[in-house]
Amino acid sequence: MNNETDWDYLVPLLQKAFGETLWMVSISLLIAGVAGLALGLAVYVTRRGNFLENRIVFTVLNLLINTIRPIPFIIFVFAVGPLTMALVGRTIGIEAAIPPMAIMAAVAFARLVEQNLVALDPGVVEAARAMGASRWRIVWSVLIPEALGPLILAFTFLTIAVIDMSAVVGMIGAGGLGDFAIRHGYQRFNWEVVWATVAIIIVLVQLVQVLGNALARKALRR
Amino acid sequence: MDHAPITPTTTPRSTTPPPVSAPPATAGPAMTARGLAKRFGTTTALAGVDVDLDGGRSLAVMGPSGSGKSTLLHCLAGILVPDAGTVTLRGREVGTLGERERSLLRRRHYGFVFQFGQLLSELPAIENIALPSMLLGANRRQATELAAQWMHSLGLAGMEQRRPGELSGGQAQRVAVARALITGPAVVFADEPTGALDQATGAEVMRVLTETTRAAGAALVVVTHDATVAGWCDESIEMRDGTVVDRGVLR
Repeated sequence: MNNETDWDYLVPLLQKAFGETLWMVSISLLIAGVAGLALGLAVYVTRRGNFLENRIVFTVLNLLINTIRPIPFIIFVFAVGPLTMALVGRTIGIEAAIPPMAIMAAVAFARLVEQNLVALDPGVVEAARAMGASRWRIVWSVLIPEALGPLILAFTFLTIAVIDMSAVVGMIGAGGLGDFAIRHGYQRFNWEVVWATVAIIIVLVQLVQVLGNALARKALRR
Repeated sequence: MDHAPITPTTTPRSTTPPPVSAPPATAGPAMTARGLAKRFGTTTALAGVDVDLDGGRSLAVMGPSGSGKSTLLHCLAGILVPDAGTVTLRGREVGTLGERERSLLRRRHYGFVFQFGQLLSELPAIENIALPSMLLGANRRQATELAAQWMHSLGLAGMEQRRPGELSGGQAQRVAVARALITGPAVVFADEPTGALDQATGAEVMRVLTETTRAAGAALVVVTHDATVAGWCDESIEMRDGTVVDRGVLR
């Protein structure tokens, strides 16, 4: 048995895994970004004392977030199997990774959005109401601009969490960098491959963070 | 500066729907209230208050905490609906309109100045001022141009891109005054507009507030507990336990 790492064989596989990770992460983030923003806004505006106060809606949404968020992701992937089946027609492969990733990321983002909105000065919302701004205008002209910087940082945090999730869905044959590190590295006792993959993931995460910080800084200092 | 302190009175409204049967700017009282009453649970906040206000005139509403002065302002401004009594704007009953119509009324015909300015901290001064105009449907360019004129006439030229956090308290309140006036309101409501300022700065803000609303022909209601601040207004009423205990015409 040849103990030397066959990079000629592995590099194309690594590139494919990298592409799979990017694809899974992008699609999940796209869905989670939209759904999480909507859900987070909904929880915020229906909260007691806010301008669309609605106890039933608030309780249901809040409970939904609180129920899903604590489930360990590796279990959640299997637990939503039937839903995944209904949505994409299969429970293995890269398509099957999207529903659990998008759902978990959406509820996480919803909470982050809500927390950043709660931190805003309620006086500015009151003032906008007094000035006769409609509810939608308050959301688009007051809440989102006021929280934009922190929201970008929250989305950056989410991106990194989703990259983390993408390593787990290798369990259901979704491929990606995490799967590559385990199958071609760990399971073959090849630490070189594990570390090389880890290094790529670290660089990816760093790039995301640097980009997120720069965008947030721009938003905060327009 | 070669620039006379003008007050822009034209508001870009071309893209907005027709107002709720727009009250015409005619002579006669801008706003009147008769027998305003409001209770919160078992607390009587207003127990029959009358107010008359002409365009270009200012009224100070004074009184200790809990005397009902803020409730009066909220009822006059259509933020609260009184339990009894009427509020008319240029002869039209507006006190008991529905929520949507009152929102539209506030957007179109009222301006607001708050104690802490309540400016949007993430938006530059000029965008804060432009916002009410954009709420009325003006496009960004029109609204920004108008806001720039207002900044110029209120001595804020050069501060367009500063955020509220980068302005002094007095400058921030002048931004708030410009924001209240940009839509050419019939009535401006100011709730403790100098509450967060020192004496000298407060006086300067009151001077700007009263002068510009008068020049714009708008009526002004100022809620304050400070007699010096009230001294800038044309008339004053003193409240206790939800009723007017004293009225005075200062000028």
